[in-house]
Amino acid sequence: MVDLSKLYSMNRLYYVLLAIGGLSVLGGAYAVFMMEHHGHIISGMNNQIVWGMPHVFAIFLIVAASGVLNVASIGSVFGKAVYKARAPLASLLSLAMLAGGLAVLMLDLGRPDRIIVAATNYNPTSVFAWNVVLYSGMFSLVIVYLWTMMERRMNPFNKAAGLAVFIWRFVLTTGTGLIFAFLTARQAYGSALLPPMFIVLSFAWGLAVFHVVQKVIYAWNEKALDPAILQRTKNLLGVFIVGSLYMVATYHFTNMYFAQQKGFELFILRDGGIYPNLFWWGYVVFGNVLPLLLIYFPGLGKTKCVMVASMLVVLGAFALLYVFIIGGQAYPLNIFPGYEVSSTFADGQIASYTPSIYEFLLGFGGLAIAFLITTVSVRVLNFMPQDKPYISD
Amino acid sequence: MSDIDTQRRQFLKTSAGAAAIAIAPGMMLYQTAHGDTAEASSKVRWGMLIDTAQCKEGCNDCVTACNKENGLSGKTGTTDSQWIRKIEIKDISNGHTVSLPMMCQHCEHPPCVDVCPTNASFKRADGIVLVDRHLCIGCRYCMMACPYKARSFVHETLEDQNPDVPRGKGTVEACSLCVHRIDKGQIPACAEACQNKAILFGDLNDANSEIHKKVRSVATVQIRADLQLNPGVRYQGL
Ligand code: SF4
Ligand code: SF4
Repeated sequence: MVDLSKLYSMNRLYYVLLAIGGLSVLGGAYAVFMMEHHGHIISGMNNQIVWGMPHVFAIFLIVAASGVLNVASIGSVFGKAVYKARAPLASLLSLAMLAGGLAVLMLDLGRPDRIIVAATNYNPTSVFAWNVVLYSGMFSLVIVYLWTMMERRMNPFNKAAGLAVFIWRFVLTTGTGLIFAFLTARQAYGSALLPPMFIVLSFAWGLAVFHVVQKVIYAWNEKALDPAILQRTKNLLGVFIVGSLYMVATYHFTNMYFAQQKGFELFILRDGGIYPNLFWWGYVVFGNVLPLLLIYFPGLGKTKCVMVASMLVVLGAFALLYVFIIGGQAYPLNIFPGYEVSSTFADGQIASYTPSIYEFLLGFGGLAIAFLITTVSVRVLNFMPQDKPYISD
Repeated sequence: MSDIDTQRRQFLKTSAGAAAIAIAPGMMLYQTAHGDTAEASSKVRWGMLIDTAQCKEGCNDCVTACNKENGLSGKTGTTDSQWIRKIEIKDISNGHTVSLPMMCQHCEHPPCVDVCPTNASFKRADGIVLVDRHLCIGCRYCMMACPYKARSFVHETLEDQNPDVPRGKGTVEACSLCVHRIDKGQIPACAEACQNKAILFGDLNDANSEIHKKVRSVATVQIRADLQLNPGVRYQGL
C-alpha cells in the first residue's frame, strides 16, 4: 500500500533540495561574475596569500573525489562483494565532486575566460598542466567505468576499467600532492611526503563523504543499512583516520627535524593564532580523535555515530586544508636566512588574510554542483547499493 | 642542508619528468620554444649587480622610478603591485644592517617558468624572464613558486597605463628588467635613477662589460644560492 501523502511530501522535499542546490550554484555564479568584473580585489586574497578559500574547497573536493573511488576499487579490483555493490554510487560521487572542485579551481582564475589557453598552450614541465590531463582523464575513465557497471553488455570490461581507475586515481592524487611538493622554496611545502600524505588523506575523506551520502540515500528509500556492512566500512574509516593522522604527524615531525623549518612548525603548531587552533581543535580533536571515539568506543559505533564521525572527518579536512594552504603562505618566505627583514611587501611578516563572502559563495557553489549532480542522478538512475542476501567474503 | 634540498629537488624533478612521459606522451609534442623575441640574442645574459654598500636606507629612488616607468600606482597595500621593493635586513648574529632593492632575479632556471601551465611565464634568449600577458590565465602558481616573492597579481582594473608596458587585470606581472628600454638600447629605469650608483646593469656574458669584470673581481652573492637558480641579479657587500 503506497502512502500517497508521504510520497507527495517526499517529492516536495526533493524539489526543495534541488532549489537549495540551484540557489547555491547561482550564488557561486554571482561571485564569479563579481570577481570577473571587479577583479580579485573583492576577494580576501592578496599578493602574499595568493591561494585562498576557493582553493581549500577545490582541493577538498578533488582529493575526496579520488578517495571515494577506493570503495569502488575494493569492489572491482579486490573483488569484495559489499564494496562492489557500492561501486556505482562511489563513482557517481567521484564524478560529482571532481566536477565541483574543478569548477571552483577554474572559476577562481584571474582570467577564467582563457581556460582554453590552458589546453592549447601546454607546458609539459608544469605540474598544473599535468593535472589538467589527470583530471580530464579521470573524468572520462570513471564515466567508462560506470558504463561497464550499468550496461550489461559492457560488464566484461568492468574489471579492466576498475583497474585503470584504480591506477589513475593514485597518479591523480600524487599529482595534487606534487603541486605543493614542487614549491621547494616554501617552508610549508616542498616535501616529498606530500603526495603519499594526500593519498592517505583522500581515503579517509572520500570514505567519510561516502558514508554520509549512503546514509541519506538509505533513509530516503526507507531502508536500513545492514549492520554487518556498516561494521566493515566503519572499521575501514577508522583505519584510514589513523593512517592520515600518522602521515600528517610524520610530515610535521620531519619538518621539525630540519632546523630551517622549525620556525614554520612552531608557527603552525603553537604560535600562529588561528592556525594552531584550527590544527589542534579542528583537525586533530574534532576531525580525528572524536571520530575515532565515535567509531570504536564500546557502546558507540552505531549508524548515527558513524554518520557524525564522518561529518566530523569532513570538517577536519577543511580545517587541515586551511592550515596547510593559508597558513603555509602566511608564514614569511625565508629569502635571507639568518637575517631579520622588513619591507613594504610584507617581507618577514606574517601575512594576514580574511576570506571574503565571494570566496565562500564560490566554494559553496562548487559543493552545490557536486550536490546537484548527485541528487539528480540518484533520482533518475539506480545508484542504490544492491546487496546480496548474504555476505560472501 | 642545501645538499638535501638539492637532492630532493632533483628527485622530484626526475620522478615528475618520468611521470610526465608516462602519462602524457602526446602532450610532449606540443612543447614550444620559449620566447624568441626577435631582438633577444642568446649570447647575451642581461643582469644586474647591486652594491649594498652604496644603497642607502630610506632611499626609494629606484622604486619610484620603476613605478613611473611601468605605470604602477606606487601604493603598497596588500593587493597593490610592487615590482621592486626596498628590504632592510639585519644580521641576527651581529646586528649589522643593510638596505637593498629586491626584484625579479631573472633566474637562469626560473621556477616560475617551470610551473606555469600555459607557457605565459617564459625566459627570453637574453635571460630576461617575462610574463606574456595574453597567455596568463591568472592561476598564481608562479607566485607560489618564486622564492623571492618577485611577482604581483593585478587585483583590479588599471588606469593610466604606460603604452610601452601593457598590464592586465587578472594576470601576474613582475620586473621585466625594463625590457622595452633594453630593446631600445637604454638601461633599466631603476639603474638610471639610482644616484648612488648602487645598481650596475649590463651583459654578464660580455667579457668587456663592467658588470662582467666586477662579478669576476669582487665578492658577490646570489640570494638563496642554495636553490641553484643562478639568478641574473647579484649582490655585493652581503
Ligand atoms: S625571481 Fe621569481 S619571478 Fe623572477 S625569474 Fe626567478 S622565480 Fe621567476
Ligand atoms: S599566473 Fe600566469 S604566468 Fe603565473 S603560472 Fe599562472 S598562467 Fe603562468
